[in-house]
Amino acid sequence: MGDGVMQETYNYKVVRQFAVMAVVWGIVGMAMGVFIAAQLVWPDMTYGIEWLSYGRLRPLHTNAVIFAFGGCALFATSYYVVQRTCHARLFNDGLAAFTFWGWQAVIVAAAISLPMGYTSGKEYAELEWPIDILIAVVWVCYALTFFGTVIKRKTPHIYVANWFFGAFILTVALLHIVNSMAMPAGPFKSYSAYAGVQDAMIQWWYGHNAVGFFLTAGFLGMMYYFVPKQTNRPVYSYRLSVVHFWGLIFTYMWAGPHHLHYTALPDWTQSLGMVFSLILLAPSWGGMVNGIMTLSGAWDKLRTDPILKFLVTSLSFYGMSTFEGPMMAIKSVNALSHYTDWTVGHVHSGALGWVAMVSIGSLYYLIPRMFGRQEMWSVRLINVHFWLATLGVVLYIAAMWVAGVSEGLMWRATNPDGTLTYSFAEAVKATYPFLFIRFLGGLLYVSGMLLMAYNVYRTATARDARVYNDAPIPAAALAHA
Amino acid sequence: MESLYLLIPLSVLLVGGILWLLWWAVGSGQFDDLEGPGHRILMDDDRPVPAPPPDDLR
Repeated sequence: MGDGVMQETYNYKVVRQFAVMAVVWGIVGMAMGVFIAAQLVWPDMTYGIEWLSYGRLRPLHTNAVIFAFGGCALFATSYYVVQRTCHARLFNDGLAAFTFWGWQAVIVAAAISLPMGYTSGKEYAELEWPIDILIAVVWVCYALTFFGTVIKRKTPHIYVANWFFGAFILTVALLHIVNSMAMPAGPFKSYSAYAGVQDAMIQWWYGHNAVGFFLTAGFLGMMYYFVPKQTNRPVYSYRLSVVHFWGLIFTYMWAGPHHLHYTALPDWTQSLGMVFSLILLAPSWGGMVNGIMTLSGAWDKLRTDPILKFLVTSLSFYGMSTFEGPMMAIKSVNALSHYTDWTVGHVHSGALGWVAMVSIGSLYYLIPRMFGRQEMWSVRLINVHFWLATLGVVLYIAAMWVAGVSEGLMWRATNPDGTLTYSFAEAVKATYPFLFIRFLGGLLYVSGMLLMAYNVYRTATARDARVYNDAPIPAAALAHA
Repeated sequence: MESLYLLIPLSVLLVGGILWLLWWAVGSGQFDDLEGPGHRILMDDDRPVPAPPPDDLR
């Protein structure tokens, strides 16, 4: 290429910023989780200080891990994947930079307002209306950046990962806007546009589809790029991946009512939610099998490559939790599991096992590339991180299974004369040792994240590390297109 | 259940939109080749070019 010709480049700056912040927010969010897990074991730990109370910190934990950690990981990977698979630079650098700073502003606003007690009271959508508006603005800019890049692509085909990222971006915009509709009553207070059971229905339509599109579709996009890249083999069946995509988005939208079994919601709506939840098993397992089978013929790589260990284990947890979820959505099972710690265990099998592990694996792939290196500073440390994380998840979910089933059985036990066998406090007491084991599991998981942060620091400051803001688009890619 | 008057039409609209997108994707040949795209992402070598040795080692 002659000197006179401008070398075309990818925007790596925004990818790097999001990737590094994903690690930082991962530690913050998970440490917050460990903190509130400790509060359940030692309730007087924070001396009744209200802005350290469980009720205020729990939404901070969920928002930090889902939207700060998960969100930054999704921004980083989607911006990377869309550029590399479309052979095109991000549509607009200014918009991309705005999504980074805007999203960080949302996170900081959440970290301040939630402990102060400002909440709209809607689970996973607690932030008050001014922050909600900022989220909507950032999200629209995200959509413009992403789809603008897809439109200016140099390749005729749109790779399957981009379909998943695209569906995630569009659906989250719709969910957020519909669910957050509210009448402001002052700068930090608002009333939902919906009331009573109507509000509950909208809330869980949002809540479960947020699980489906924020915590599943987006991370499947990650999976469909980083598993083949790290294995250096094409996805097991590209045809299946396309069927997986359309199957998932056509059937997802109506699973929400399973969060409202045995409530004031009409019975038929509950049953509809249950049936749609059961249907979801099919596309979910199709995708899980597709991801895991990508390694067929290369299983030996699992022995030596800790990044692949993260990615494949995440798929195993995806399979487990997408089996457990539909089972728990069956009304008779839900009668036992609802309101118990089993639900908490299920969520964390998905969150720590699937979402966080696929993100961590992808970040370990991405971060050295963002600093001009072939691999992380220490691959051994990735391996240690993997085992800490796996041990942590297993302790966590096993403890919650035992605690949850115990609670469910004790709450429903009756004496021959019809009175309850156990008081509520007796069930609380029965779960106590398991709450401590859960705390230990979380502690292991977050200590793995600390190792990751150290590894990232050493990678970024290594002698041969170079910070790329603009990485060259290989001429071969452009010629190929 | 007034909220369903919002959610059900929204779903119907959404399914319509998704069907249109599927129609467009099939029609524009997005799914004509269901083997190649899987291989093509592997042809994109995204490993960074090795850094030149630090000045003091040169």
